[in-house]
Amino acid sequence: MFTATALNRRSYRRQSVAKAVFCLMTVALVIPVLLILGTLVVKGAPAISWEFLFTAPTNNMTAGGIFPALVGTIWLVVVALLASVPIGVAAALYLSEYAPDNLLTRAINLAIVNLAGVPSIVHALFGFGAFVLFFRFNASILAASLTLAVMTLPVVIVATRESLQAVPHAFREACWNMGATRWQTIRKVVLPNSISGILTGVILEVSRTSGETAPIMFTGAAMFVPFLPQSVFDQTMALSYHLYNVSTQLTDVPEELTYGVALVLIAIVLLMNAVSIGFRIYLRGLKKW
Amino acid sequence: MVDGVGLAQPRPSSFGPLYDGPPIIEVRDLGISYGGKPALRDASFDIYRHEIFGIIGPANSGKTSFLRALNRMDDFTTGMEVRGSIHINGKDVNDWRNLYALRSRIGVVLPLPVGLPLSVYDNVAFSPRLRGIRKKAQLDEVVERCLTRAALWDEVKDRLGSLGSLLSGGQQQRLTIARALSQEPELLLLDEFSIAVDPVTTMRIEDVLKDLRSELTIVLVTNLVQQARRLADRTAFFLTGELVEIGATEDLFEGNVKDERTTGYIEGRYG
Ligand SMILES: Nc1ncnc2c1ncn2[C@@H]1O[C@H](COP(=O)(O)OP(=O)(O)OP(=O)(O)O)[C@@H](O)[C@H]1O
Ligand SMILES: [Mg+2]
Repeated sequence: MFTATALNRRSYRRQSVAKAVFCLMTVALVIPVLLILGTLVVKGAPAISWEFLFTAPTNNMTAGGIFPALVGTIWLVVVALLASVPIGVAAALYLSEYAPDNLLTRAINLAIVNLAGVPSIVHALFGFGAFVLFFRFNASILAASLTLAVMTLPVVIVATRESLQAVPHAFREACWNMGATRWQTIRKVVLPNSISGILTGVILEVSRTSGETAPIMFTGAAMFVPFLPQSVFDQTMALSYHLYNVSTQLTDVPEELTYGVALVLIAIVLLMNAVSIGFRIYLRGLKKW
Repeated sequence: MVDGVGLAQPRPSSFGPLYDGPPIIEVRDLGISYGGKPALRDASFDIYRHEIFGIIGPANSGKTSFLRALNRMDDFTTGMEVRGSIHINGKDVNDWRNLYALRSRIGVVLPLPVGLPLSVYDNVAFSPRLRGIRKKAQLDEVVERCLTRAALWDEVKDRLGSLGSLLSGGQQQRLTIARALSQEPELLLLDEFSIAVDPVTTMRIEDVLKDLRSELTIVLVTNLVQQARRLADRTAFFLTGELVEIGATEDLFEGNVKDERTTGYIEGRYG
């Protein structure tokens, strides 16, 4: 009775093989990541200093720091967030909590998912046409950030909708049965239990925008601006575009400097991811059901 | 009221007040369907004040659908259509422009207990707050009264601040009942409330329900025929969307039926 049959043994062997293969694939995936990070740290770290971070480039950008680009990236990301988060969260709330489940809603949902797959260069051209030319924002932080916002809207909507839908439907029914309106239900039960997921999702998605180059290239990023932006109508430098320039557009840039820029850019993205993941772990501990 | 198939006239029950006055609920030619697929057909009957009205029947007979039609949850359910009419207190439920006002007057308890992810206190204070009650003292009073009525106060009085969704299943179901009572409803709808509750707790809740008869009207959907026998003054038997029979509970259980299928179900030959 309690002995393994030939079939049991075969299943067991197969499962061990499958496990080994998947493990190998994972290792294969991790190696390039480690190589990239390792190279960046080894070659870029010597360039990093207070001076590098907090002074402007000099000598035709072949020396000096990256301060204007660093500040410009923060401007771009923050303004993009201010535009995309309210709109995206409101749209997700409507789609997930109010809209009837009909053909139109499904078509809209499908459109949003597809919009997330549009290449960034297409968004860039759209932003150029819409914000720079049509709305006459010219090349400015505003135009570039709005372009980034349009690009991130679909992911903000999807992330928000997923967090909303993670709140069990039974909670909503219980509130509705007590005579609560949809909005009362959202405000008192749905949002408090999904806001953490929404925030982490949004931070995670938006951290990617800090690395985007194409959408800001034609809409607001400048190769070299010796001063810091004063308002959203100014052009600005940005880390991603700066990296593109020092690595491909300019000659005589010391290798160390190029790697330094890349390292700072990656560090910003990783930092945001880390904050968001830490936040998520903390909030998961507070989970209420 | 209405001369319908199997519509028993009310009569004094063995344990409670007489039915008097007009019915609280009048159901006429009620039909419910989902996307054209019928779930309940041509049901006409009355429910009287201060009675416990039992509804029994196997799965898929339209019991839950009936409750959802009573508090107009069809509005929240895509594809659900309701024909015919339901009057509550003489007013057609379709004439309510503000459905939230209608629902806030009807307490509902669902099969699976749902403690909202709020504190025990806030669970029970939820509905009073919706009604605009803000004073702490007043809320405290409602919370204590409703939790006591639901036989839960003694177990939670020291942990009113802890999460309602972390109580045990049986406690959550009593919390749900306390929440329904906090609405100060005239009508309490219970849908198979004991499905996730142990027998001892079930008995405690049943005692609570018997006490509540003097204050409100209860519609009790149950899959335990003996529960209907213990609690209901009159009982309706639904079978795959058909109202087969409705009568005084004692009559049905003594085999005094108009349709043999009723006895068949009660004796366990269906579902
Ligand atoms: N939201 C819904 N969408 C589509 N069909 C539904 C929905 N709710 C119920 N139905 C259908 O209506 C019919 C009756 O369901 P209902 O829930 O009223 O039965 P019930 O008598 O409560 O059964 P049970 O004893 O299993 O709870 C079923 O065929 C069911 O599939
Ligand atoms: Mg049911």
